[in-house]
Amino acid sequence: MKFGVVRFPGSCDEVDAQLAASRVGEAVLLWHGDRDLQGVDAVIVPGGFSYGDYLRVGAIARFAPVMEEVVEFARAGGPVLGICNGFQVLCEAGLLPGALLPNAGLRFVCRDVDLVVEDAATPFTRACTPGDRMTIPVKHTTGRYHLPPDGDVRVVLRYAPGHNPNGSEGDVAAVASAAGNVFGLMPHPEHAVDPLTGSTDGLKVFESLARVPAGA
Amino acid sequence: MPDTAALPGVQEAVALGLTPAEYELIVDKLGRAPNQVELAMFSLLWSEHCAYKHSRKLLRQLPTEGPYLLMGPGENAGAVDVGGGLACAFKVESHNHPSAVEPFQGAATGVGGILRDVFAVGARPIAVLDSLRFGEPSSGRSRYLLDRAVAGIGHYGNSIGVPTVGGEVYFEGPYEQNCLINAMCLGLAPHERLTRSAAAGPGNVLVLMGASTGRDGIGGASVLASAELDEADESKRPSVQIGDPFEEKKVMECCLELLDRDLLVSLQDLGAAGLTSSAAEMASKGGVGIDVDVARVPLREAGMEAFEIMVSESQERMLAVVEPARVDEVLEACARWEILGAPIGEVTASGHLRVLRDGAVEGDVPVAALVDDCPLYDLEPARPSAPIYPPPPRTLDATGPRETLLALLASPNLASRRPLFEQYDAIVQSRTVRRPEQADAAVLVLPGGGALAVSIDGNGRRVACDPYRGAVEAVLECAANLACAGAEPLGLTNCLNFGNPERPHVAWQLSEAIRGLADACRALDVPVVGGNVSLYNEGAEGPIYPTPVVGMVGRLPDAARAGRLGFARAGDAIALAGPFAPRIAGSELAKLRGEPLPHELDDIDVAAVRAAQEAVREAVRAGEISSAHDVAEGGLAVALAEACIGGGVGARIELKGDETRLFGEAPGGFVLSGPAGALAALAERMPLEIVGEVGGEALEIGGFAVPVADLRAVWAGGLAPLFP
Repeated sequence: MKFGVVRFPGSCDEVDAQLAASRVGEAVLLWHGDRDLQGVDAVIVPGGFSYGDYLRVGAIARFAPVMEEVVEFARAGGPVLGICNGFQVLCEAGLLPGALLPNAGLRFVCRDVDLVVEDAATPFTRACTPGDRMTIPVKHTTGRYHLPPDGDVRVVLRYAPGHNPNGSEGDVAAVASAAGNVFGLMPHPEHAVDPLTGSTDGLKVFESLARVPAGA
Repeated sequence: MPDTAALPGVQEAVALGLTPAEYELIVDKLGRAPNQVELAMFSLLWSEHCAYKHSRKLLRQLPTEGPYLLMGPGENAGAVDVGGGLACAFKVESHNHPSAVEPFQGAATGVGGILRDVFAVGARPIAVLDSLRFGEPSSGRSRYLLDRAVAGIGHYGNSIGVPTVGGEVYFEGPYEQNCLINAMCLGLAPHERLTRSAAAGPGNVLVLMGASTGRDGIGGASVLASAELDEADESKRPSVQIGDPFEEKKVMECCLELLDRDLLVSLQDLGAAGLTSSAAEMASKGGVGIDVDVARVPLREAGMEAFEIMVSESQERMLAVVEPARVDEVLEACARWEILGAPIGEVTASGHLRVLRDGAVEGDVPVAALVDDCPLYDLEPARPSAPIYPPPPRTLDATGPRETLLALLASPNLASRRPLFEQYDAIVQSRTVRRPEQADAAVLVLPGGGALAVSIDGNGRRVACDPYRGAVEAVLECAANLACAGAEPLGLTNCLNFGNPERPHVAWQLSEAIRGLADACRALDVPVVGGNVSLYNEGAEGPIYPTPVVGMVGRLPDAARAGRLGFARAGDAIALAGPFAPRIAGSELAKLRGEPLPHELDDIDVAAVRAAQEAVREAVRAGEISSAHDVAEGGLAVALAEACIGGGVGARIELKGDETRLFGEAPGGFVLSGPAGALAALAERMPLEIVGEVGGEALEIGGFAVPVADLRAVWAGGLAPLFP
């Protein structure tokens, strides 16, 4: 399994995502200006502040040359994982429904939250069972999920009762495209892979992906 | 040269912050009157902020040698060897005056500045800590400054991908007008990538990288940072710089790539006094001259004067010396990272800093005159005959120990800092083994499994009581925090925040505090690798509490055995360990009761404290004990409560003694928990008394018991209302 992690100007968690993915496969960085996915089997759009979050979170990154390739890759069924700012970018790129709004508390919040697995049939959660609880940190200012107007969304993870850090509608923490191959979440699974630094529950996301047959 | 009729005179010099005598000295050094651009450069480099003219002589007392030292004071940041071929560069710096005027940008650019200092020496920033002081939270101004400063720190650190892993905040009346914002940064570099700032090689090219240069922040160092604050602060807002962390992120990545590729001869950040300071420092260290052509500096607006370009404090800029053959590669890297890169001058053999515009000379000053010839002043210290600070307002009437404990836990100086640190990304870069409130120091894992521990400490009220012993306590407190994490100290950085040194009582505070720092560092064998002095921290009400802030970096062999502060296992024995002789005078409890500050603190047996710290450190490293927490503000009872809250478990404490034993403060005390046998073995090495056992759901001390959930609730609720 070869992962490609996109690096935009202002990405912050790309090396963390690369380290986490390296635990289950090979992982390379993809430069924002290159229209080249280097033959990867899965793409990670990482956390951070691409283009300084200027204009609107994720709004500029979606126009990066590499994103044209990511969109094409996703349309062909390739797995694409968007974490935090990556989730915002995927929503802006139209690969995921809905939008991320400023937190209800209007402040940046960094803390561990508990999540409940709702959909274990996606390529990103197949190592889980519905109802599983996972502890994974969030850290963001703009993570309040807003459902699309038709409300039609495939919810994959919800914040456990009392753990919603941002006021997301329906406690939604993660959603997938209808086909399931594009996945976005505000919590940072790449920061929950090593017992030395905290929880290891995030590893399940990467292990799930590693089970996808290459080229699927 | 411009014609002499238009030359500024002594009045202009005084308006820029120089004294008439300093102006005369400049005329003497130049052999003529300085023109406008020259005078502007002198006014900044001869300011307190840049020249340390009231503190430099005193700072010579600080020890700057140590077994792990790689780079001492004088560079952008100091560095110590942390093993495995890696160096840790670190430094603390103040941004007090800008933050008192505009807290969001002041605090944000404070973080931006200290990050640049660290990557200027070739180290990738891996952690930020901050040390904050405000007036009492009952004041609307203090709540505003707190809210905006915390937001500013988070804005910059979060956006640039460097975790904020620790810090401290205290609330005291004397900081009401003049808050303190000190930011510390640590970076990692392979030894061979450590970079110095000395310019070298006449003919080499000076490349300015990063943001364009505007009129923002002109005179920040002289106007804001070297004089007292007054009512007209609003008019100084244009002197505060505006930060852009996105720009700095790109500049940082670009500079680290350029250093990795060995394309730079030297590198320096642009901070206070902008290009003037950076160019002069680089030339001075290299014993060379520098020509800067202001016409080649990318500008934000047209029509900027030469002096404005030379002293602008626009943020996110770096100055590099590059061999001519490498300039194209450097500029290509700048373009790839989407930052400006402009050759703006060259290194010369002249020993002069020359300011050119399209080749015509607009200013010409010997580098030595700018950097070395600023007069250094002797202070005239005098111990004040009467108390300088009024007693704090009385806020506590409780009498019983249970009520006293709860009041202390809820008080602003002791309550949980979670409402602040949750606004900071503590985990990016995947190194953070101990986050805030998990241990007494932050712990960051290194390649190979070892770890760094870092803490930042300073208690201004204790220093106000006794500048010498208060400063010693700050060093001991920091070292104690490292010991509880299992780390041995490698080096120290300090930020000296004081009032107007021209006043005898402030001069006395400063002299005594530096003497205390020097003695404590020597006693612990910890070198000072660099630091910062911030003077003139006064409002109309008088000076701040004298506040030396100490940041210490230590190393532990095994990150997996990093200490925790919370009790971990029911059945563990609990010990009070160390040479601990508490007093109520000068404590948090005395503050809540509105008692006046004592005139001195008890003498400290530093050698005994050091021995206790070493014993605790070894026990933590060996994995022999379950928790370690030093007894600090609020005394033993508060330390026990924190260990219960941290571990989510109760404790039964048998304690003989009175209020002083419960709530008194002093250096040298630790609350340890672990198997009784391990603690008994430790008792061979340090004073140690078993005081109880971990277990249950309440903290029981002598005659009273409080459920841990209640302790947690009051402690968590202390500061939360400040961040609605």
